[in-house]
Amino acid sequence: MKCDLCNNEATVHELVVSAGVPAERHLCEACARDQGLVAGAPAPVAELLQKIATASAVAATAAPARTPTCPGCGTTFADFKQSGRLGCPSCYEAFEQQLGPILDRAHQGATHHVGKVPRRLLQEAPDAGDVRASAAAMAAAEARAEEIRRVRADLDRAVKSEAYERAAQLRDRLRQLQRGAEQPEGPR
Amino acid sequence: MSQPNGHGGLAGDLPERMFEAGTEWLRGEGRAADVIVSSRVRLARNLAGLPFVHKASETDLRHVLDVCRGAADRARLGDRAVWVDLLEANELDRSLLLERHLISTHLAKGKLGAKRPEGPWPRAVAFGLPGERAGLMVNEEDHLRLQVLRSGLAVREAWDEATAIDDRLEAALDFAYSPRLGYLTACPTNVGTGVRFSVMLHLPGLRMTGEIEKVKRAAADMSLAVRGFYGEGSEASGDFYQLSNQTTLGKSERTLLDELEVRIIPEVLEYERQSRQSLMQKRRWQVEDTIHRAYGLLRHARLLGTEESMKLLSVVRLGHSLGVVGEVESAVLHRLMLLIQPAHLQRLVGHTLTQDERRRARADVVRQHLAAK
Repeated sequence: MKCDLCNNEATVHELVVSAGVPAERHLCEACARDQGLVAGAPAPVAELLQKIATASAVAATAAPARTPTCPGCGTTFADFKQSGRLGCPSCYEAFEQQLGPILDRAHQGATHHVGKVPRRLLQEAPDAGDVRASAAAMAAAEARAEEIRRVRADLDRAVKSEAYERAAQLRDRLRQLQRGAEQPEGPR
Repeated sequence: MSQPNGHGGLAGDLPERMFEAGTEWLRGEGRAADVIVSSRVRLARNLAGLPFVHKASETDLRHVLDVCRGAADRARLGDRAVWVDLLEANELDRSLLLERHLISTHLAKGKLGAKRPEGPWPRAVAFGLPGERAGLMVNEEDHLRLQVLRSGLAVREAWDEATAIDDRLEAALDFAYSPRLGYLTACPTNVGTGVRFSVMLHLPGLRMTGEIEKVKRAAADMSLAVRGFYGEGSEASGDFYQLSNQTTLGKSERTLLDELEVRIIPEVLEYERQSRQSLMQKRRWQVEDTIHRAYGLLRHARLLGTEESMKLLSVVRLGHSLGVVGEVESAVLHRLMLLIQPAHLQRLVGHTLTQDERRRARADVVRQHLAAK
């Protein structure tokens, strides 16, 4: 079907019933965008975050309804959902639970930092073992993050191709890996 | 650093005739410069114990400016460095810095929208000279946004310099950091390394063969972001695209860097070069016609818009790399990409211009630069 406004293929179809009279419009994506029917540019980060945050909040409705508040700056999780920005470094602790799914999506399942450590921390820590990430431990953490990503991709493919038995196995493996990541045997 | 002025030693004004100077990222030289315009590393850092910028009080933000100015002075951003207080700078200077990629759009405009409804807030930029290869935005979305730029494909070199500057900043500043989550940032999409590696590519071949969409899809599959000439939220202007990592947690800087520079960019590079070759083999006359028409328009038009000029310059840049318009110098084309921008144009002319006047002045500047010798 051709677009009502130009010669391109129509991919957006709108049916409006006004006073009982149906009116149809068939438009291509570009014309539909001009007419305000579809969103143009990809959602900016804040919007995307808001969607993820809303989705995870909906998923967590069984939990107590009171929105958590950061003791450091008074930001509530609702504030964060609205702005997409945290209020201060302490927010990461205050909203640890709620941020989990957001970090998970934004960073492909990663839960732990791998990489640069401020020098000051390495030099000044009373027990440097607390923060010093040995090269081996760092490599292990990174390898695990990589495996989580790989298993997730396999899982997606398995679900798409309806290989449910394989998907179940992969899901178990993923859970196992993610539990492991919560209790890293590496740098403590 | 130049002109100690009792406040961290950084010179406090835009260098005179800065609009005429070249800038590292538009030098048009370096590795794979036929396709790769520039490489960039950005680090997001925040000071420990203070609210993030959008939540901070004016007093907090002034404090951040103060300590960062001192730290920037010792961070060796270049042979000498300049500090510009953006709350005091006029709009034209802020636009000039934006056009030179030294500050972001929202730092230039002083607007954070609903996130900070109070309006303009204390914020600044420091950058190194000559070349503006390293810059430090203060009180952007994060307290510090360090960027290091290099012409051509040189992400690793840019990273080496960025991490060295970061070490020097860190000697004077206490960054918000958690052993589990790494560097803590205002937006959780940057937490961890806080690093964004990006490469600006010129992909006219892939656009002409219609394969650019494939590249965009492949990039999205590899969770890379594709952005335009002026970064986040900007459209691809004249076939210039920025490719960058989106993940910042769970992968080390070295891994992220290798993924982009060693695995992905060489493939895109090869793909673009093949497209150009194939165009020249299969549609030589059409391609040459397009290039000469663009060159002709630039050399003879009396009125030019910014976007139109970028598109034409992009085509002529392709013509230059294919040897179709041999007489034009790469340096001139890159210089023009800056000079045709509104703030640069007005600085060059010496007074403010209306949009219509700018179109005329732009055409004049382009004609002068491309005049037959």
